[in-house]
Amino acid sequence: MRSFLYIFSALAVVALGFWAYRENYTTQEAMREVRDLHRDIGAAHERLQVLRAEWAYLNRPDRLRDLAELNFERLRLLPLMPDAFGKVAQIAYPAAPLFPITNPIEVSSDNAPAEEDQP
Amino acid sequence: MIRTPLRPLARILKARDQGENPDRIEAENRRLRHEQMQDRARQRAEGRLLVLAGMFFLAFCTIGLRMGVLAGTVPEEPTAQARGNPIIGQRADILDRNGRILATNLQTHSLYAQPPQMVDPEKAATELAAIFPELDAEELLEDFTGERRFLWIRREISPEQMQAVHDIGDPGLLFGPREMRLYPNGALAAHILGGASYGREGVSSAEVIGVAGVEKFFDDQLRDPANEGAPLHLSLDLTVQAASERVLQGGMMLMNAKGASSVLMDVHTGEVISMVSLPDFDPNDRPRVLTEGDQGDSPLFNRAVQGVYELGSVFKIFTVAQAMELGLVNPDTVIDTSGPLTWGRFRIRDFRDYGDELSVSEVIVKSSNIGTARIAQTIGAERQRDFLGQLGFLEPTPAEMVEAPTGVPLLPPNWSEISTMTISYGHGLSSSPLHLAAGYASLLNGGTRVEPTLLRRDRPQRGPRVVSEEVSAAARLMLRQVVSEGTASFGDVEGYAVGGKTGTADKPRPTGGYYEDKTIATFASVFPADDPEYVLIVTLDEPQIEALGETRRTAGWTAVPVAAEMIRRVAPLLDMRPDVETLTPVGVTLTSN
Repeated sequence: MRSFLYIFSALAVVALGFWAYRENYTTQEAMREVRDLHRDIGAAHERLQVLRAEWAYLNRPDRLRDLAELNFERLRLLPLMPDAFGKVAQIAYPAAPLFPITNPIEVSSDNAPAEEDQP
Repeated sequence: MIRTPLRPLARILKARDQGENPDRIEAENRRLRHEQMQDRARQRAEGRLLVLAGMFFLAFCTIGLRMGVLAGTVPEEPTAQARGNPIIGQRADILDRNGRILATNLQTHSLYAQPPQMVDPEKAATELAAIFPELDAEELLEDFTGERRFLWIRREISPEQMQAVHDIGDPGLLFGPREMRLYPNGALAAHILGGASYGREGVSSAEVIGVAGVEKFFDDQLRDPANEGAPLHLSLDLTVQAASERVLQGGMMLMNAKGASSVLMDVHTGEVISMVSLPDFDPNDRPRVLTEGDQGDSPLFNRAVQGVYELGSVFKIFTVAQAMELGLVNPDTVIDTSGPLTWGRFRIRDFRDYGDELSVSEVIVKSSNIGTARIAQTIGAERQRDFLGQLGFLEPTPAEMVEAPTGVPLLPPNWSEISTMTISYGHGLSSSPLHLAAGYASLLNGGTRVEPTLLRRDRPQRGPRVVSEEVSAAARLMLRQVVSEGTASFGDVEGYAVGGKTGTADKPRPTGGYYEDKTIATFASVFPADDPEYVLIVTLDEPQIEALGETRRTAGWTAVPVAAEMIRRVAPLLDMRPDVETLTPVGVTLTSN
């Protein structure tokens, strides 16, 4: 019984040692991955920052105004003025859709007498 | 272990035979036994002490070694505990009220040289001078061949320049990463943002510090790593600011003014929606402070906050509102305006003669100095001072800029009766346009004090009451009349019910007295007058136009048209719909058959 206990505990020590060894290496691996991810996030942030700055720079009011003036022929953009506001009542209701013609009536002057001139 | 009996029979019997006391043998044995026990206990205690000392020795050794190791290693952040975002900009962004970028950071590189490592200093110097035109090849060569072991060449370089320097291929030219503050909108809101520059510099990084405006006021907050780069939201609206600058720039040129400023403020929240001061500058390339001449002419000078001027007749409404609040007058009370009004050696005149008497409304509409001075006489110096204090005219504005405390109003040293009379129509007390905006907003929003702020707010300020609702409404009606039938008739913008007051003040000479031909023209307006939302102040410095065969310098001819154009452009951008009465009734006509 005692020898069995000894062997069992020795095996347990070996198993635990192996487990700890593996855990140690997986932890190191995970930390390396975290480091890499952080570096990637940092690079992405930097890129994002540049893109945001560029977006803001390209959308600066001076440039947009100049572009609107340059492309006036095409876009016809004007500064927003009070007369741009309308009333709901000024908007026409959408035209009712035309239903398909199901019972056509033939209206033709092909056989009409020639002397009946149209007014 | 052999235990010695305390009373060994042999010795006891022997002692009894000899007539001795056998108890003494027992005592003797007991003593010996105790001695043995004592020895054993001491031995054990000594052993324990030894073990303890060993333990302590090991513990101290461990701690000492660990400290040595810690002291000897390069500090490193514990990455396993790193939470949140590890890479954030060194300095937080500044955004406008809708989240558009006003200031951000950009990664660039700095260029420095280590002359001892240089291979060919002469070639490096000439080629550097070719890349950067502002550098001098001879000076560089002197630096490269001299005693210096390290020197900065450029703080920021573009990627193209970096490549060109790479192509020189000298190992003594090195790059360090740099974060650069970028204002993508150029000169837009330059005075409010201020600018940034570098603080302590190292090879691998540099501090970016604010040097003026909001950047300096919120420097700690913007740089605090605990905020994790949370951006700063200003109350400005980028679009409105751009439109205001454009209109004011055009107005300044048309009116031949040398400077101009405007403040647009929300009357309920006190948020500054746009604040312009012209001439302006590009915060990406901040000009140097003037070393000679008047700092007031520098483009760095923020006329809207730092510039304190006698703003003229725009103050009349404060006098009249206070008199109404005190119950001294009502809008229909008749005031004696026969002039000139003489007080000691001072004479108060009107721009024109408006007859012998006017009602209080007409005093404002026609802008009578005499009428206002008479009303002020009934109020008195003490009460006037208190009232202007409640409106914030006695101390610098609390706007969140480092320049704000420098905009100290100039008060008369002795608030005498004549001071009261001149201040009632805006002379003798100098304040900034931002003061005026806050004063108008407080008076006209229903009568509660608002303080100007540059930060986005969500709710109206609930300041102490300055005047009653009725007085506020009466003041708005008078201001509306000024525009519809008075001195500011050019200010009427259809649909926005603009109310306002003009003010034309002669500029004081530095030597004393006033210039004849230099004025500050101000138009302080509120729109819509019936349900006020915004206050707009437009100030032109030395405007002058030729109109109808005369040279005009008054605000009604100069500042008012500019302000009207600004309202026309800005109000739609603020989601305000013009309230135009339709001439023909629109709707359903009821009929019956």
